Amino acid sequence: MANIVIDGKSFTVKDGITIIEAIDQVKSELPRYCYHPGLSIAGNCRICQVEVDKMPGTVIACNTRVAEGMVIHTQSEKAKDSQKVVLEFLLANHPLDCPVCDQAGECKLQDYYMEYGVYDSHFDETKVKKTKKGVSVGPTIMLDQERCILCSRCVRFGDEITKTHDFGIFGRGDRAKIDIYPGKELDNKYSGNVADICPVGALTDKDFRFKMRVWYLGKQESVCPGCSRGCNISVEFEKSRPYHLKNDRVMRLKPRENKDVNQWWMCDEGRYAYKSIDQNRIKAIKASRMNPQWKDTLEEVAGILKKASLSAWGLIASPQNTNEELYLTKRLFLDTLKWKQAAFKAPGQDGFEDNFLIKKDKNPNTLGAEKILNLGANEDMTAIVEKAKRGELEGLFIFNHDLAKIFGAETLKVIRQKVKTIIYQGTNLNPTAEIADIVLPAVTYAEKDGTFTNFEGRVQRIRKAVEPFAGTLPDWDILLNLAGLLGLTLKYLRPEHIFDDLAKENSAFKEMNYKKLGNTGLIWSQ
Amino acid sequence: MEAILSRNFNISNAWKLSVAEERGAYQTAKKVLTSSKPEEVLAAVMASNLRGLGGAGFPTGKKWSFLPKNNPKPVYLVINADEGEPGTCKDRYILERDPHQMIEGIIISAFAINSHKAYVYIRGEYVRPYENLQAAVDEAYTKGYLGKNALGSGYAIDLVVHRGAGAYICGEETALLNSLEGGRGLPRLKPPFPAIVGLFGCPTIINNVETVACVPHIMKNGAEWFAALGIPGCGGTHLFSISGHVEKPGVYELPMGVSLKDIIYKNAGGILGGRQLKAVIPGGISAKILTAAEVDVKMDYDSLKNAGTMLGSAGIMVMDETTCMVKMLYYATKFFAHESCGQCSPCREGTGWAHKIVTRIYSGHGKIEDLDELLRIARNMERRTICVFADAAAWPILSYIGKFRTEFEQFITQGKAALLEPAGAH
Ligand SMILES: Cc1cc2nc3c(=O)[nH]c(=O)nc-3n(C[C@H](O)[C@H](O)[C@H](O)COP(=O)(O)O)c2cc1C
Ligand code: SF4
Ligand code: SF4
Ligand code: SF4
Ligand code: FES
Repeated sequence: MANIVIDGKSFTVKDGITIIEAIDQVKSELPRYCYHPGLSIAGNCRICQVEVDKMPGTVIACNTRVAEGMVIHTQSEKAKDSQKVVLEFLLANHPLDCPVCDQAGECKLQDYYMEYGVYDSHFDETKVKKTKKGVSVGPTIMLDQERCILCSRCVRFGDEITKTHDFGIFGRGDRAKIDIYPGKELDNKYSGNVADICPVGALTDKDFRFKMRVWYLGKQESVCPGCSRGCNISVEFEKSRPYHLKNDRVMRLKPRENKDVNQWWMCDEGRYAYKSIDQNRIKAIKASRMNPQWKDTLEEVAGILKKASLSAWGLIASPQNTNEELYLTKRLFLDTLKWKQAAFKAPGQDGFEDNFLIKKDKNPNTLGAEKILNLGANEDMTAIVEKAKRGELEGLFIFNHDLAKIFGAETLKVIRQKVKTIIYQGTNLNPTAEIADIVLPAVTYAEKDGTFTNFEGRVQRIRKAVEPFAGTLPDWDILLNLAGLLGLTLKYLRPEHIFDDLAKENSAFKEMNYKKLGNTGLIWSQ
Repeated sequence: MEAILSRNFNISNAWKLSVAEERGAYQTAKKVLTSSKPEEVLAAVMASNLRGLGGAGFPTGKKWSFLPKNNPKPVYLVINADEGEPGTCKDRYILERDPHQMIEGIIISAFAINSHKAYVYIRGEYVRPYENLQAAVDEAYTKGYLGKNALGSGYAIDLVVHRGAGAYICGEETALLNSLEGGRGLPRLKPPFPAIVGLFGCPTIINNVETVACVPHIMKNGAEWFAALGIPGCGGTHLFSISGHVEKPGVYELPMGVSLKDIIYKNAGGILGGRQLKAVIPGGISAKILTAAEVDVKMDYDSLKNAGTMLGSAGIMVMDETTCMVKMLYYATKFFAHESCGQCSPCREGTGWAHKIVTRIYSGHGKIEDLDELLRIARNMERRTICVFADAAAWPILSYIGKFRTEFEQFITQGKAALLEPAGAH
């Protein structure tokens, strides 16, 4: 350990870390462009200048290591002047086209100019022209060479993280420019991250470009439901002008740092999957009566379930649901109604997997479902579906799964003919929802609170980013209401309370609570 | 003075092994490899006060001693033969006229640092020097002076000659390593230093051509002899390249600490056409300029540092009274703007920016404020970058304007016509 002083305050940090790491650890501030904790040190932007006692001039914080007794100044006149000088160079040839730049509002050139720069421009010469402005470099990303400050983050991302070696810096001196290698496309499974790490508007995300200015965005911390990795994300949504894009509320997803799960990254599939939050949603209840409302529909469902015989109904639960919802599912269907036939796992649905982030299990909570429902060998839904096909079932209660996608349209057709009552509870339209007798519109992960358990047993929180659409309810809320109607009175006001009971009852979640889960989650105790 | 490094420069075909051997080549190496210990070589080089002759003047023995002890990785010796500094052509003489002198130095140096593989990174434009060097290396291999059993000593030394592709920055030692590895010639961040993490991630010593060429002489005649050739703390002789407005430009071997005035007026025969001296750059384009009044200075690292400039590559550029300093600065900034590798923002943007301003002044559209602006840009480029290229780019600006400001001001206010160059000026 090393005792150091940063701007007059004393800290003890690990020996040999860089000054910038120390600054980040103690939550102090310092401008940086090329430094990224997930990439190798390039030290080329030179903005992170600090003054260190007994060292001449100023030094860069990202490649200077702390040593015992080091006294560091980030705000001294010398340090600030040095940072400002470097910023002036960075801006010398910059086109300053902020009014038409999509990065405006989250651009580090703008931010640092306001914080560290603010000088009158001295640059009176013709700026260097670079040719590629608003040019597509692949399915997801647009490139603007003039805005690039040549920090090489995108180059290092391709070299070190995806190993796809997409970008290079070509040419020397002020002719140096960023480009994709000739004949190449930026087309890998993590391409969107380069827009996140590009500190300026040189690489922008085609999907988000010109949709809206970032200062209109609200942000909520959540977890990607795209696979069992559970990448930590920020759900970014239209906050202040809901009339602007009408029904499109969620604008984009951004990865959120979690060293133990996804570091600083997320995959493209997860990143662009947010559209299903707003599109193709089930918004209307379907029940036997015309113009059904929640109250009468839930009463109808409760009536059906009361009469349902234990052995003639099948439950197909969902690993898309939260731990809290699966716990209620268990309490209601398995503990109270004592249904004998229950499953949650869909066969043959494994997708692409790599040895970085992407997992083949495309559900966010398979482990939670396994642990909470505890169905053992019966968790696979094939047996129930077979029974249904043979006409041995009277009714099915299906959460979220589309049987047509899993077993084919023909099977769904047979089931529809053979099974008298099908109740469907889910978020998005699909053939199974279409053929159901009763449809209960649930909400997506972006519209509710809860937790998922990822592939390694890490329990992580999702948080409500946007309000549910009118007429839709969170699964936990629907289940609570049904439970009440079926004589199981549960007094939970929020998912947090449900989780507290789950933690008491299920040893995997022992001693966990929302507060302890915090922003990065906790791993199961066994 | 007895010629040491240059003793074969005027012997025809000294680059051929037979001629070189007649003149004593490889005898010292053979003796050292068969009867000395590496530590003894290191001790001798330390005691000789040999300082790196590539520009920075770092004590060579001290540099070698930075290599990690008990390291499991191979150690590389890399010879910097990129010689890109404008005004410098000393290494060229060794490479082209007496390559065996350097190869012998490489053999002894490699032995001293326990390296079995050496590279010579030679400037791409050096065609003849390359041909002669490669021929010399081939001959040395054929004779068994290089290879598995170098000079019959049982010690293995491989030597590879690699040609650069014309970038000045590849003379900076870590850019050179990147280039040698097949990457772009971008200087590396330091630390780590090459002695710890160098070529292919292994401990590496980089030395200039002339530096290693000194080593056989030290081993042959003794460290004290070598130290006594120079001045305290800086032993030996140095090859000074002198160009510009002198009667006899060329490469002169003279002791460290020789007077600059003497080099110009005695060795190089004085100013061309008997004109007046105006200014001298003592150590390649990167060194700060000296006015005619400042040339009474000793040519060694410390004396020139005290005079506010540097010995650098010992490339002396002499300018007579007809020289236009604006034009000089125009060419200096053009060079640096062209050669900046472009990694660091102060260097990438600063070199281009400064050159644009100087070009504007030179083309008759200057403003008086441009001069202070140039000084401001230059000062801001200093000490904020990965390598010292940016500093080197700043120094001509700071020193030419600093010392010839009136001329710059006249050029701006009265135009080029006011300073019409006399006939015959270059
Ligand atoms: C921009 C730049 C260019 C350089 N060019 C050369 C060169 O052409 N030849 C050379 O020997 N050293 C050159 N150097 C110095 C080398 O980095 C290094 O200090 C030297 O090769 C070490 O050898 P020495 O210790 O034997 O002098 C250059 C340095 C810089 C910063
Ligand atoms: S495009 Fe962006 S990330 Fe890539 S080098 Fe330029 S500024 Fe850096
Ligand atoms: S790896 Fe999985 S969890 Fe992460 S972003 Fe992709 S789909 Fe989402
Ligand atoms: S100072 Fe200039 S030449 Fe040296 S690394 Fe930086 S940009 Fe390249
Ligand atoms: S952040 Fe340190 S040099 Fe770029």
